[in-house]
This record gives sequence, structure tokens and C-alpha cells, in this order.
Amino acid sequence: MLISRRKFVGGLALSFVAGRAFATEPAGASPARAKTSDENLKEQTAGLQPNVFVHVASDGKVTLVCARSEMGQGVRSTIPALLADELGADPKRIVIEQAVGDKKFGDQNTDGSSSIRNAFDDLRRAAATARVMLVTAAAQRFHVPAGKLQARDHAVWNGAKSIPFGDLADAAGKLPVPKPETVQFRPRSEMKHVFRPLPLVDGPDIVTGKAKYGADVRIDGMLIAVIARPPVVGGKVAKLDDRAALKIAGVRKVVRMPEPTAPYKFQPWGGVAVLADNTWAAMRGREALKIEWDHGANASYDSDQYAQALSKAVHAPGKPARNVGDVETALGSAARTVEAEYHVPHLAHVPMEPPAAIADYRDGACEVWAATQNPQDARKEAATILGIDESKVTSHVTLLGGAFGRKSKADFVAEAAFLSKQAGAPVRVQFTREDDLHHDYYNTVNTQLLTAGLDANNKVVAWRQRTAFPPIGTTFSTEVKGPGAPDLQQGVTDLPLAIPNVRAETCDAAAHVRIGWLRSVYNIFHAFSAGSFMDELAHARKLDPRENLLELFGPPRIVSLQELGVDKLRNYSATLEKHPIDTARIRGVIERVTKMANWSERKGRALGLAAHRSFLTYTAVVASVTKNAAGKIAVDEVWLAADAGTVVNVERAVSQMEGAVIFGMSHAFYGGATMKGGVTEQSNFNDYRLIRIGDAPKKIHVELIASEGPPGGIGEPGVPPVAPAIANAIFALTGQRIRTLPLVKAGVV
Amino acid sequence: MIRCQVNGEERELDVEAEMPLLWALRDVLGLTGTKYGCGQALCGACTVHVNGEPVRSCVTPVRRVAGASITTIEGLHDHPLQKAWCDLSVPQCGFCQAGQIMTAAALLAQNPKPSDADIDHSLAGNLCRCGTYTRIRDAVKRAAGE
Repeated sequence: MLISRRKFVGGLALSFVAGRAFATEPAGASPARAKTSDENLKEQTAGLQPNVFVHVASDGKVTLVCARSEMGQGVRSTIPALLADELGADPKRIVIEQAVGDKKFGDQNTDGSSSIRNAFDDLRRAAATARVMLVTAAAQRFHVPAGKLQARDHAVWNGAKSIPFGDLADAAGKLPVPKPETVQFRPRSEMKHVFRPLPLVDGPDIVTGKAKYGADVRIDGMLIAVIARPPVVGGKVAKLDDRAALKIAGVRKVVRMPEPTAPYKFQPWGGVAVLADNTWAAMRGREALKIEWDHGANASYDSDQYAQALSKAVHAPGKPARNVGDVETALGSAARTVEAEYHVPHLAHVPMEPPAAIADYRDGACEVWAATQNPQDARKEAATILGIDESKVTSHVTLLGGAFGRKSKADFVAEAAFLSKQAGAPVRVQFTREDDLHHDYYNTVNTQLLTAGLDANNKVVAWRQRTAFPPIGTTFSTEVKGPGAPDLQQGVTDLPLAIPNVRAETCDAAAHVRIGWLRSVYNIFHAFSAGSFMDELAHARKLDPRENLLELFGPPRIVSLQELGVDKLRNYSATLEKHPIDTARIRGVIERVTKMANWSERKGRALGLAAHRSFLTYTAVVASVTKNAAGKIAVDEVWLAADAGTVVNVERAVSQMEGAVIFGMSHAFYGGATMKGGVTEQSNFNDYRLIRIGDAPKKIHVELIASEGPPGGIGEPGVPPVAPAIANAIFALTGQRIRTLPLVKAGVV
Repeated sequence: MIRCQVNGEERELDVEAEMPLLWALRDVLGLTGTKYGCGQALCGACTVHVNGEPVRSCVTPVRRVAGASITTIEGLHDHPLQKAWCDLSVPQCGFCQAGQIMTAAALLAQNPKPSDADIDHSLAGNLCRCGTYTRIRDAVKRAAGE
């Protein structure tokens, strides 16, 4: 797609796709000097536009806005479908528009598995409002009360007679917009497509190479920038010799990047940018730079030594985060104690598409195209670094070639904006794979010590959990020294335990790299430790792990703050009223997944079980492992049960859970970013290994427990139980308990 | 000046002989369906066909394709794999899928009824971070008529 001053005409429907619902404007498509979506819509026709999400034109075209970023989780296949069903539109007459970053769309931060759960009611209300106005306009035409009419199949019906939406649009557009509290949702039984599998709207573009990602946007006169960033966070350029770089054919300019100051937030990393006519010339130009670095204080960071320091920290009392009863006394008087230490290293996002963003700064304004999870933040960071008002920045969202949290950080967008101004030309910042591995906002490193006391009756009477990690807050403030209450609400303070004495403590840990968030975040290591430790207790107690797990989570109940032993719980920004911690649901997924896996007939198979609640959804995993011909562990089959309340797009929910199994396997088996001298040791897929097709289980079985409860998260909850289920299965097979990830370190894979 | 055929059209590439084919396709010819994922032939996102053979274009200098016939994802029309991919909703983010399809297309051209082991072996070089492997296997088998 070459963007020039001609109006871009987007590619639309393709021939062979079965069940394809919508025509789409390719994400990120827009003419140069793009209009806002407001202006785009007004240009088409007056029509009906009661809010930013829905427009009905007088020719019947219905434009629905997707204001969340598509990174494979299916928002573009789900949000418009939900709007269409609530409205009563014919899916074949819908156009999907990808929103720019603008506060008028509400929260566009596509993070935290929140796109549906946070906006479900608001989206329905937006579409229902349009429906009500069309029905009102039709009632005036039919001269009947609105209550007698039905909106469906792209028209309003009065018995057998109908008026198409298009014919009503202009009249409806002149009506007053009804107050939100008066707008009723359509009964679920009338929603024709959602709550079932939905078609993949971008499928045809993806399989034909038409789908546009960050690096695919092309602008007349664009330069490509490849940046030599300081190898150590906080490092600076001490000496630069760019003469050889400037001689490389195609290289146009060498530009010094602004140096960031702690706390680093989303500031560009610093260093030296090479700008060239094409990507390869820019890469060669960077290779030809001669730079001496002043690495700074973080050059002391050695992740092996740091792991030892974390281990030492968890063997001493920490700051209390959760307290029920008296753990120390209970441990002291216990008949037996069980104790285990767990470690999970930094993890890198490594999305298949390395970060890329394009900025075109001219005449005091800037257009940005980026594979960004957070287009409002991208807008803000571009405006800040350019010193212009946000209103002068248009932030377009392309498709994202994976993200997992990396692309909600706007550092690469800020770099592009800065360089475009410096160069006086549009600039694409292109991360190489090496850049992506070296300059990531890593998921943090963690060590935990879990200690349990058993009484003479083999009951677990005490549980103490100490967790040490530098939290995300260290990237945003130099005052943060260790985990705080909000950090613990992912798998520590929200963990339901039917144990009379429970205590959780945190240990401070300093950050030496930029810490970020990665698909399920702290749940990864808190579920790994708790899920493994529960299994260790099962074996210590000589109980079936399934029975042990059900007993430790306890009987079906709503778990109160008092029972948890905390004053408050962030609960993923939801109220406990709407999304309580409900042990009936965690028991439900455990019972379902063990039934799926034929757990009670598992003799001869090595199965491992784990369950977790995260992002308001309950998931349980059973993994089956075997030894392959080389004597290494292979995961041959996985079962996953999820209770996510209402699921709008069953197909994408299942695919997210399947993908979460592979994602979880990757960090269980291989993944781990390590640092020496402050520099990340891994550079590419040879040393930051991922699961390949040959490692994938023969079958991944996913079942969703259907419900009409409020929607929970979908993108992340599948991940946390995977690694502990595998570790538990390995124990079942070999008797070896592995407490440090990745498994490859123990030589078992 | 390197002359070759790309998706059935004669093209002239006025670029350095050492430029990897990937960048000639993307930056010079504007064919952005072929993706950059690693630059080291480790991930397969850059897979194209050169004279019918699957090739990692990120490590193939253009001088090696002089006179050759190159097919990119844009040149694959109505292939059974593309239909199977859509029927089974294989993609998630989709970034790796052009490379997956190009590798699988080369496999099926050579081995129309591949075994499970053949499929895993052939696609071992194509990474998918979203984890669509089990669906990729099913889609290849479906396209092979199994």
C-alpha cells in the first residue's frame, strides 16, 4: 500500500471465503493527510450517527468502528459483530473502520484482556441506541407504536412489511439521541451471530498477503531508520564515528537520538540512528557505525548473580501482603513442613513482527502509523517528543504481528516521530530481531519460597508465600523498590485457599532493565509456583492431585477479602460485586478438564494438573507428557477448560486458549532472557528458542464452560496454568521436580 | 541490474547484488506480503518460491535469483491451502502465515499426500508465536484432500 496524495482505495471482499461476514477497510489504510473518522463518515452521507461507533448511511451501508488493536485475539472479528447483532444489521452490509487514537473512543489500551469485558455493555448500548432511533423513525413512517416494530436483517419490520435501514437513516439522524438509561439491550435469544463461533474477518487478506502490518505502510519519500541503541539500559554514546556508515550506498543521514533519563517510561532508548532509502542499507549503515559506549550503572547487572540474591532475599522475612491466622506459630507446631523455592527468569515478548512505526511530520503536525496496542499513548508520546499539541497528531493503527504487551509501549513510535522531524521526511523505525530481544520491556524475574505446614491428620494448616521481583512500577518511578499490593493481586493475594493460616510476604528487588508486562504478567510465575507447590503437597500427602487441589481451593463459595486476609483487591479493575472470586467456578474448570482428560483412568499416562484465576476468568489445564526417542520430554496432549462467563466470539476464544498453550509451553521449555554486564545475552531465535511445530502437542482440546455471566478476559488466562501443569506431569513421569524455568536448563527437553 | 520474474511479471532490480531478496521485494517492488521476522533464516516468515523451491528470502542475495522465477504470497492465487486456512480460521495475528503457506505449498507440490511427520518436518523452520500449529497441520491435511 503506497500512500500518496491520491485518496487510497482499500481492497475489499475476496472470492472464496466461506462464511465471510464483513467487508473491511484494511487496518491502517488511509489517504495522506488523513481525515479523522468523523470526517470520513460525514463525507459519505448525513445518515445516522448517534455515537462514535455506529454510522448508518442512506444507501444502507453501516460503518462500525473497532477501537481496539487487532493482534490475533480477534477484536476486529468480534466487536463489529457484537455491534451488528445488537443493531440488527446484515453482516454482508457492514464496513469495519479501524479507529485512530482518540479519547472520544474511550479506553483504547488493548491490554489486560479487557476489550470485551470492559466495553461489553458500552458497545451494546452504542448499537442499541442506533437501533432505537431507526425504530423510532420507522414508527413515524408506519404510524404505529415503536413497540410493535422489530429491527433485524438490516431493516425495521412491521409484521411482513419492512423499511430498509438506509431509507430510515436520514430521518433517524434528525431525532434526539435517547438517554443511555432508556436504551434496552436486545434479548440474547435475538442475537443471531455472537455467543457462537464467528468468521475471521481478516483471514482472506492475511492468506493473500494483503494484510497491512506496521512495516508494510509505505509513504512517498520515506526513509528507513535502524537505530544503534545503548546495549545497557541507561547507557550513553561516548564516542561516535559515522564516516563509514555515511559512505554506504543508500544511507542518507546519521542522527543522534535523545538520551533518556530514569525513570525510563516510554522514552526512546538513546543511541544513533541511521536513515536510508531502504531497510537493508539502513542495517548495513548501522553495522558500519563505530560507537564507544558509556554503559552506566546497569552494566553491573548479571542475571545469574541476581537470581542468587533473590534466593537469599526470600529466605528472610519480607513485608506482609496478606495475613490470616498465625502462620509462624502454625509452622512451628506442624507435624511436617514442605518447602520449595521457584524461579522464573525474565521473559521476552518476541512477537513475530518486531516493533515498527512510521511517522510523517510536516508543517507542525504529525501522522503516525504503528502496530500499537495503545494508539492514544502513541499519540501522546509522539506529541510530547515533537513538542506539539496532541490534536496535531493522528495516530493510525495497523494490524499487529503479535504483541503480547510489547506494543503498548510507545517508545518505537516516539523514535519515529523524533526522526521524522529531524530528517524532514517520513520515517519508518524498524527494529531488527536483535533489537527486539535486546531492547524489550521484559516480563520481570521472580523467585519465591513457599512453605506449608501439615498437621498430624495430614491437613494443610499453614501456607506461607514469599515473592521477590522488581515490579513494573520501576519503569515508571525511581521511588519503587519492590512489589506493592497491586502487583500481588495476580496470583498471590487473590489466591483462594481453604487453609486456616495464610501469609504472603514481598521482598524488595531493584530493576536493572526496563520491566514491562507480558501476556498474563505476574500470573506466569505466581501460578507456576502455587500450581507446582500444590502438586508437591499432593504427593507429600499421598493424595490424588485433583482431590488435593479441590480441597485446597476449598468448597464452593464467594471468597471475601477477610478470608483472603487483605484490605482490598484491585481485581483487574472490576468490582468484586460484578466479578467475585468464586471457588465454584475454579472447581468447575478443574472438574471439567479432568473429565476431558479422563483423569481418573490415567494409569499408564503421565498427567499434570493446574488451575488458576486471572483477568476474571478461570482456567484449568491438564498436560500429558512422554519421553521421545531421544529421551527428552515431549508434551503429547493438552486439555484446557475455561470459564470466562459470556463469550462473544467462541471461535477466537478457543483459538486464544490453543495459542496460550503453545505460548506457555515456550517459556516452560526454552524461554528466558538472561543478562551479563547489563546486556541481554540472547539475540535471535537460535538462542531465544520458541516451540516449533514439531514440539506442539498432537492435540489441544479446549472447552469453554458456557454462561451468561459478565464476560471475563480471553487473551491471557490460558497461559498461567500451562507451565505448572507440564512440570507436574514431568514429576508424574520421572519423579523429578523442576522448580526453575526454563526446563531446558534441567536438560529434560 | 538483476532481471528476474516475480509472480509472472518480468522485473528489473536496480539494487546492490548483495541485497537480500526480501528487501528487494518489500522496499523496492512494494510486495509487502513477504515478512521480516529474524533476518537469519530462523523463522521462515520470509519464505518465497524460487523456481518452485521454498527459499528464505532474508538470506538470499538478489544476485542468486538472476534469471529465476520468483513467486511470493501475492502470486499464489486460489490455492487450496488459502481456502483451508480460511475455512479453519488458522491465523491469529497472521504475520507468520504467508511464510507458512508458501512452505506448505512447496511441500504439497512435491508431496501431495504428506504424512503428519512430513508436515512437521517441512514446517519446522516456520515459527508461529501465536501458536496456531495444530490448526496449520489440519489445514495442510485438508488442502491435501485428507
